[in-house]
Amino acid sequence: MSATSNLRHNILVLSGKGGVGKSTVAVQVALSLRSLGHRVGLLDLDLCGPSVPRMLGLEAHQVVQTEGGGGWQPVYPYADQSLAVMSIGFLLKDREAAVIWRGPKKHAMINQFLGDVAWGNLDFLVVDTPPGTSDEHISVVEKLRGASTHALLVTTPQAVAVSDVRREVNFCRKMGVPVLGVVENMSGFVCPHCSECSRLFSSGGGTALCELYGLSLLGQLPVDPALGRCLDSGKDYMSEFNDSINSKVLMKIAESVVEQCSVA
Amino acid sequence: MVYRRTDTSMEVVDVPADAPAHCPGTASDTAGKATPCSGCPNQKICASGAAKTGPDPDIETIRSRLCGVAHKIVILSGKGGVGKSTLTANLAYALCRSDSQVSVVDTDICGPSMPRILGVQGETVHQSGSGWSPVYVDDKLNTMSISFLLPAEDDAIIFRGPRKNGMIKQFLRDVDWGEIDYMLVDTPPGTSDEHLSIVQYLGAVGCDGVVIVTTPQEVSLLDVRKEVTFCRRVGLPIIGVVENMTEFVCPNCRGVSEVFAGTTGGAVGMCESMGVPFLGSVPLDPRLGEASDFGSNLFDSNSGNHETPVTTAIYSITEKIKAFCNNK
Repeated sequence: MSATSNLRHNILVLSGKGGVGKSTVAVQVALSLRSLGHRVGLLDLDLCGPSVPRMLGLEAHQVVQTEGGGGWQPVYPYADQSLAVMSIGFLLKDREAAVIWRGPKKHAMINQFLGDVAWGNLDFLVVDTPPGTSDEHISVVEKLRGASTHALLVTTPQAVAVSDVRREVNFCRKMGVPVLGVVENMSGFVCPHCSECSRLFSSGGGTALCELYGLSLLGQLPVDPALGRCLDSGKDYMSEFNDSINSKVLMKIAESVVEQCSVA
Repeated sequence: MVYRRTDTSMEVVDVPADAPAHCPGTASDTAGKATPCSGCPNQKICASGAAKTGPDPDIETIRSRLCGVAHKIVILSGKGGVGKSTLTANLAYALCRSDSQVSVVDTDICGPSMPRILGVQGETVHQSGSGWSPVYVDDKLNTMSISFLLPAEDDAIIFRGPRKNGMIKQFLRDVDWGEIDYMLVDTPPGTSDEHLSIVQYLGAVGCDGVVIVTTPQEVSLLDVRKEVTFCRRVGLPIIGVVENMTEFVCPNCRGVSEVFAGTTGGAVGMCESMGVPFLGSVPLDPRLGEASDFGSNLFDSNSGNHETPVTTAIYSITEKIKAFCNNK
């Protein structure tokens, strides 16, 4: 029996565009799903630029092999093991070490992450992906074929971002991955000096994308420098800033994920 | 080399037409031995090494195509969304203002942004006896991108590594670049197939160096340190690091905010610890993002935005890049 056979719902956090907040959304949605009482796995498939360990304050952790050939043990940040995390970041010797691999090696690593990690019984596996529609994305979709797999798309309001995310929508359609909806990140910035809201990265992109493809806009996240600071230092933003707009929107996104997966 | 005709273009790849979906490429070290090779009609030939022909003859063709290009600069990051493509386009505009002839090569095969940013989206590439013609933005600036070869703007380009490598090689080998002062190569984030191919092809014919882009945040610097390691390992000279989106000036009250605050010393700190030059900072100006979206040129004297902190910063960075290239 493969290590993936206990998985319930796989949520691929995709974009096509880099730097829109895929890792941020993946981490926060995983934490939100956990706070809703689910057993969650978080798989960081960005092999060249793994951000998840830093964002969860887990940089010092290393991955260990389970005794008796049971596969790799994921990293459990919480004592109740309600969140299981795997990233290539846990396998690198230091933060300057670069993973300079062509596609076939990346494909093999992804197979290991999905086949050789002792994930246990999970309700959700949230998968953070690098930007694009290439080896990593093809490999993970193929490996998870036959399982309950859905896409959560992240964009910013800009047209250059939406252009790439449109391609990602078509990737999902070609590969047969249903899209749960779109999250528009960096929607606006409220100046802390005068409270005027500025459009840092244009506006309207997420809404336009959803209208074009008949998708749900699951949430719009304004820019909050505190979120970036928390992720940089591995602090739990949703605990420290649980009254913020972002925390409320992220929780709503997680609730929508649960609702859509339960009726799928 | 096998030609495979697609609906959009003649595509040259080192993956035979009868190969399975995950063929590693006939020139790969695992050719004939990888798992996907099982059952392929070419497996025995590849495994014997007969498909590999030693030094790539296309390197000489690329060398001859690029002999009129005086300086080649690669813009890298490691981190996505830090502004590589935006900075590449604006470096190009700034170089053109000082009378240079500039080409931009967009090697982001999955997410090609340069045509939109340069305002030439929807143009088509023309082929003549001397090869493909790059698309001209104006008389001083041209560009090549896979976007020009796609029938629809939102076509997903679902290529594994070998096909991406073939496309990058085609851009360098089959495009009639002509006489160029500066070739700027925009790249996707990461340290993977595209980057290795650029090193392989440009490295063989001579590359002046790389400009690495980051934002102040540690999550960006994490990836950028890896990019520095990559450059050192493959022997690419590092011209320096640019820190983008450093601070935001509110258009309403002129208050300054750090939207993407650096918590670990930013790019300046990273450059000191890794011993790489710091080229400068670019502030977060929404006009830059809007210009990218609409394909307009902030450096155009008619834009009303050609003398702003952003353009001043980019001019300063451009001068340092020129000094590096011309002092080699």
